[in-house]
Amino acid sequence: LSSVYLCLSSGVPENARPLSLSGHVGFDSLPDQLVNKSTSQGFCFNILCIGETGIGKSTLMDTLFNTNFENFESSHFEPRVKLRAQTYDLQESNVRLKLTIVNTVGFGDQMNKQESYQHVVDYIDTQFESYLQEELKIKRSLHNYHDSRIHACLYFIAPSGHSLKSLDLVTMKKLDSKVNIIPVIAKADTISKSELHKFKIKIMSELVSNGVQIYQFPTDDETVSKINTAMNGHLPFAVVGSTEEVKIGNKMVKARQYPWGVVQVENENHCDFVKLREMLICVNMEDLREQTHTRHYELYRRCKLEEMGFRDTDPESKPVSLQETYEAKRQEFLQELQRREEEMRQTFVQRVKEKEAELKEAERELQGKFEQLKRLHMEEKSKLDEKRKSLEDEMSSFSKKKAAAELLQGQAFTANSNLKKDKDRKK
Amino acid sequence: MGGRDLFGYVGIEAVLDQMRRKTMKAGFEFNIMVVGQSGLGKSTLVNTLFKSKVSRKSCTPSYEEKISRTVHLKSVSHIIEEKGVKMRLTVIDTPGFGDQINNENCWDPIVKYINEQYEKYLTEELHITRKRRIPDTRVHCCVYFLPATGHRLRPIDVEFMKRLGKIVSIVPVIAKADTLTMDERLDFKQRIRQDLQASGIRVYPQKEYDEDVEDRIRNDKIRENIPFAVVGTDKEHQVNGNKVLGRKTKWGIIEVENVAHCEFANLRDLLVRSHLQDLKDVTHYIHYETYRVRRLNESNASVSGLSALPLENGITEKYEAQSQL
Repeated sequence: LSSVYLCLSSGVPENARPLSLSGHVGFDSLPDQLVNKSTSQGFCFNILCIGETGIGKSTLMDTLFNTNFENFESSHFEPRVKLRAQTYDLQESNVRLKLTIVNTVGFGDQMNKQESYQHVVDYIDTQFESYLQEELKIKRSLHNYHDSRIHACLYFIAPSGHSLKSLDLVTMKKLDSKVNIIPVIAKADTISKSELHKFKIKIMSELVSNGVQIYQFPTDDETVSKINTAMNGHLPFAVVGSTEEVKIGNKMVKARQYPWGVVQVENENHCDFVKLREMLICVNMEDLREQTHTRHYELYRRCKLEEMGFRDTDPESKPVSLQETYEAKRQEFLQELQRREEEMRQTFVQRVKEKEAELKEAERELQGKFEQLKRLHMEEKSKLDEKRKSLEDEMSSFSKKKAAAELLQGQAFTANSNLKKDKDRKK
Repeated sequence: MGGRDLFGYVGIEAVLDQMRRKTMKAGFEFNIMVVGQSGLGKSTLVNTLFKSKVSRKSCTPSYEEKISRTVHLKSVSHIIEEKGVKMRLTVIDTPGFGDQINNENCWDPIVKYINEQYEKYLTEELHITRKRRIPDTRVHCCVYFLPATGHRLRPIDVEFMKRLGKIVSIVPVIAKADTLTMDERLDFKQRIRQDLQASGIRVYPQKEYDEDVEDRIRNDKIRENIPFAVVGTDKEHQVNGNKVLGRKTKWGIIEVENVAHCEFANLRDLLVRSHLQDLKDVTHYIHYETYRVRRLNESNASVSGLSALPLENGITEKYEAQSQL
């Protein structure tokens, strides 16, 4: 799919002479050879639709591609903007198209919309980054790469009839250097013709005065410059989408039926839908893809590489090879890594030492406590021993006393009984 | 996500016309190298192929038929246009090839040239700010002229094609084939094909790069027929009331564009009318990528400090290292 971007020659001939042919050579078949190859590979086209919930993005896509993409209504209560991408394989005659439609979910629904555009920018950048990563690989397969970069961004403007919202301006300003922006006025059947005319002028002048670069249909190729120039003047396209059909005359046409009339989608008097389809698909699809690759992607790549410190020429303005710079950076990084490792090791050693000291301290404390307890214990023990000794002494002196007392008592009794005996005898 | 039916006209097929318009506006580049000993009719053949004096011989005023001492490469570019299709055609000549007494390594300057063109393209591709369209000087096709000996491939043929078949698309042709009868020609071709296979030489169209069954069938027919036996001339003669390109001899007129006489028309169809874009694609997606892989890998391993580009690898290294920390 990328082959078409790379095989085109540089256009301006350098030191080559023009020569006339004396007969039919046959390289006029070259464009056909190229086209045949691309047809067998298939084409890739990715559209990003930005707009508030309910503004008609999905319906417009269905109408544009004449099919039903099975979308479901989103809630209005998303906490942040999400991007939902879905890929479809379409085929018309022998052309196979891998179409990816990316929808913003919840755009404009939050109370605080300051972050809204950032998610979109991030999504677009991520696709560029993927491609860049693939391109920089050693073993790469760009030939088979599924290109997910956004080729066209349809920005849906609410049909207020007055002017752009500040969210619109801010978002488009952030995106204009990253993607081809095609602004459309959604639900255009709510605006009258004269209001629409004023609205379009107001929108375009606001875009210009804020320096927003929207996609201009290319006018350098004579075959299409006329129609493209005319269409550039009709921007932004006022569109109406509908997949429902209404009978007009004896034909079924895509339309929206109201009590007061029928708005026909493909009627150029009613809305600019046909113009959008013409421009987006029939005339400029290839240019949109080319601009994405040669302008937006190159810009992203250049900025990204410069950000990482790569330059084409060094301070002395000598050409620098990307490899040398990379190696230098790599060495720098490895050294930094080593330094950090060393630092961490030092810190670790330090901590270990500290811990050891702490533990030693704790050990000493414990030891001290142990000694103290031991001492106390000894003291208690000796005290108790003393007490016991004194108790024993008391006991022995008591028993001595008891023995003595008993002896005395015994003697006294004997003496008493002798006395009694004596008394009795005396009687 | 299978193929969907469209309910009505969308306009997707218009993209083919868009592409056609853009490529016609931008023009095409084609670089063809001719290799072979002097006197095999290289210049004449190239002129006949492109129906104009595109070879160096024809447009260098001071050209002399000299056998040069060494092999050097000379290229000359022309812009030719047909039915609105502009092509910048560069013909790279290799005078001196195979003309020395000692022809060892006579392919070196050629290999060097081809790799230099890959290097130029790679350098531009690696620039931060790069051109919108990188100028393509890479050799898309190398036509190798075999003398019509009728025997087999010579050592120089084998050595050359073995080496170059790895880095460029080689289309071998039997030069000045009007010295061979039909039978001799068939035998010669068969022996050459055997020799090619025995030596492991891959010539265009290489089997491995057939994209689908249709391709394979188409290319098999070509592979059964190579090398094409060609005759070149820029002179016209009257044959049966028609003006034809031909070589007039005492025994008849060899009609260059008559497939009963020689296979010039087959060669022209292959190189120009049907496979030109494919030659460029094979050069870009296969030979160039092979060079790029080799180059980036060897820079990675070299001591001098030139490193490979894979920022992707570098970034994963970074994440791994950081997570270790």
